[in-house]
Amino acid sequence: MNELVHPYHCFIRPTVTHTTFCPGCGDGTVAQSILRAIDGLGMDMDDFVFVSGIGCAAWIPSPFFNADVLHTTHGRPIAFAFGIKMGLPDKKVMVVSGDGDLVAIGGNHLIQNARRNIEMTVICVNNGIYGMTGGQAAPTTPMGVKTTTTPYGTFENFFEDISGLVIAAGASFVARWTTAHPRQLTNSIKKAIQKKGFAFIEVLSQCPVQFGRKMGTGNAVQMLEDYKKRSISIKEAKKLSPEELRDRIVVGEFVDLDKPEMVEEVTRMIRRASGEVQEVVDAGRG
Amino acid sequence: MGRTEILIGGVGGQGVVLSGILLGTAASLYDGKQAVQTQSYSSELRGGSARAEVIISEDRITDPEVRRADILILMAEDAVGRYLNKIKPKGLLVIDADLVKGVTSGDYDILAIPATSIADKEMNNIIVANLIILGALIKKTKLLSVESMEKAIEASVPKKAKDLNLKAFRRGLELS
Amino acid sequence: MDEKRVHTGRYFMMGNVACAEGALAAGCEFAAGYPITPATEIANHLAEKLPRVGGAFFQMEDEISSIAAVIGASWAGKKAMTVTSGPGISLMLENIGFAIGVETPCVIVNVQRGAPTTGMPTIGIQGDMVQAKHGSHGDYEIIALCPSSPQEMFDHTVIAFNYAERYRTPVFLLSDAFVGHMREEVVIPEAEKIETVYRNIPEPGTDPLKVKGFLDEDVAPMPIFGKGFKAHVTSSCHDEYGKRNLIDISALDKFVRRLSNKILKHKEEITLVERDYEDAEIVLVSYGGVSRAAAAAASQARKRGIPVGTLRLITVWPFPGEEIEKMARKTKQVIVLENNLGQVYPYIKAEAAHFAEVSFLPPKLVGEIQDPEDILKKIEEVSK
Repeated sequence: MNELVHPYHCFIRPTVTHTTFCPGCGDGTVAQSILRAIDGLGMDMDDFVFVSGIGCAAWIPSPFFNADVLHTTHGRPIAFAFGIKMGLPDKKVMVVSGDGDLVAIGGNHLIQNARRNIEMTVICVNNGIYGMTGGQAAPTTPMGVKTTTTPYGTFENFFEDISGLVIAAGASFVARWTTAHPRQLTNSIKKAIQKKGFAFIEVLSQCPVQFGRKMGTGNAVQMLEDYKKRSISIKEAKKLSPEELRDRIVVGEFVDLDKPEMVEEVTRMIRRASGEVQEVVDAGRG
Repeated sequence: MGRTEILIGGVGGQGVVLSGILLGTAASLYDGKQAVQTQSYSSELRGGSARAEVIISEDRITDPEVRRADILILMAEDAVGRYLNKIKPKGLLVIDADLVKGVTSGDYDILAIPATSIADKEMNNIIVANLIILGALIKKTKLLSVESMEKAIEASVPKKAKDLNLKAFRRGLELS
Repeated sequence: MDEKRVHTGRYFMMGNVACAEGALAAGCEFAAGYPITPATEIANHLAEKLPRVGGAFFQMEDEISSIAAVIGASWAGKKAMTVTSGPGISLMLENIGFAIGVETPCVIVNVQRGAPTTGMPTIGIQGDMVQAKHGSHGDYEIIALCPSSPQEMFDHTVIAFNYAERYRTPVFLLSDAFVGHMREEVVIPEAEKIETVYRNIPEPGTDPLKVKGFLDEDVAPMPIFGKGFKAHVTSSCHDEYGKRNLIDISALDKFVRRLSNKILKHKEEITLVERDYEDAEIVLVSYGGVSRAAAAAASQARKRGIPVGTLRLITVWPFPGEEIEKMARKTKQVIVLENNLGQVYPYIKAEAAHFAEVSFLPPKLVGEIQDPEDILKKIEEVSK
């Protein structure tokens, strides 16, 4: 008798028997969007090295993806990924981690590598909370929310636009979606994988267990409906005033441009330095 | 010849460390001797205090620190207070006479060279005062051969500056 | 090794430059770091020379990302290193623990400087000795070499790479500003005379499910990335296959013990010392630049008829306790010399005190290695 097998089962590490995500977690949607994109591009898991940090989203590739996976320290996956990409320039390097990992403790690595425009895909699963440690405030937690470390409500301004930060830093490709947009997300991941440059995708993802309870936004279904309701395309958003855009989620592909990419620049530098090609940089120097 | 300990004190930008490197290179690579050169400087690159130490010996050099200098070269007034107590009894004190005024006589020989004014007047560049001092030192002490020093200068200074440095060194040879 | 990498010849060379030359000769392909006095000459030299042999030095945003990138590059199959000083090591410590946990070959050069905190950047001290062994959290073993001359900055860098690759572990080169900035004759041998080691990797084509890539006390083959091993590399507690286990205490026990035993089991072949204490009644124990002052004092003492010997630790970690005991059994007095306030001294005392009197002679001024005259005074004091 033929067993009914999920079409993406082949992408899952054979030794993995169950997921670690809470019921209703958005991580499953993100995982499937990544695998759909890889499958859609006709690529193989051996074309990739996945890197993750610490937090729930970091567990998407580790251990589930049947590929080379480096599960690193808190906040540093992009820095580890830098070394991997330089060592294996022909492989696709993808970082999957959360907002706490990539934007709080690891914020500078995100900024600096977006600036370098080193080719890699970074998927930032933004659930607005520290889920794994039990619901502490993140830099993405809206002001006033009561969390386990802010029992009287958060008193800090928060990151409303991580994508804007990465755009300003100089990334080649930046997009934002929510888990209520799995198809659009998959398409953007496809583009990100193929991008010669730093490709960043922010995915707003529901954490019903920690965030939903604290915010009073309800269960996973209610949170997804809320995402749908609040989302607005870049084009539509342009027609609205900042006041009208409050509490809205602008989704879409913000940036998709071609600019010098670091691995290529390094390769070029090495060719010059090793005498493979004529030295041109020093020509003007006296 | 046993162990000769040399301490050079000045300020950053005077070529204190380069002087140490030249002595060490000449001894080690061209004069068949052993040499250790060490240095210390404050973090600012220009104007801060700078010190180079060189030990030259026929035999293997174990202790690499200059403990009591056989030869003390002072290129700045600042360095007097800092290093004069490091000179060995009967040692040789070499000073740039244009910059170091406050040296009283003691249990040491003094070789005073107006290196900065010579460099300024004759070479139009005070930066090679250190080479004039090295020339005078080598002439007086025969510590190393002139040939070795010249080879070290050729090997260590940038091509553009080679002639000027050799000229200054040779000028120094005439001074003691 | 490639002749382009080995610049055979006789030089009057700075220790830091010799270190970079050693890295080239050892086959280093990737270096990452952040500018810091007194280690910058190594970075500068690597930045110039590595691209000529197809590698590169990368200036990262901080020391945390420097060691992270080095570990990433090592998993990509490259021989990799970072260069820094104490403040940089303090930032790297978490990821050094990561490298130990997932058994990553890499070389970490610490050109130690006046500390604690920002301290005095151009003055060399041996202030980070125990940090190298115990700085990252948890029980672990580390390998650390202590060069005493520019020649050894070259030689030990080659050894550090070979140890890192052979034992799949970070290896420290614990130099200091004094040795790093010291110039002395350095002889770089011909390429074919330099032994270089590259890590074992699993047989290409091995079924990924059968690759035992971790926790072997005899050093598991490293399932480097890009070869189809589908390696799951996590610094969380894992088993021989890399599979995470966050619940069984017995898995943690195995994780901790095997990582440590991997080094301890090979301690004898890792340990490098210089013994010169035949018939000595007093032995000076030291490492790094200080050992040169110790050698000078011992030779002067012998001239005065006092039987003084020396034991120099070239590898301070894993701690060569057996060597200390062997020495202590043969002598009466042990004097420990370090350019700090006594960091390795308690370890030496613990091994030697059963058999000999052990004392410590700190430098008169921390930052200036002991004057042989002062060591002689101490020798005369204990020999009474």
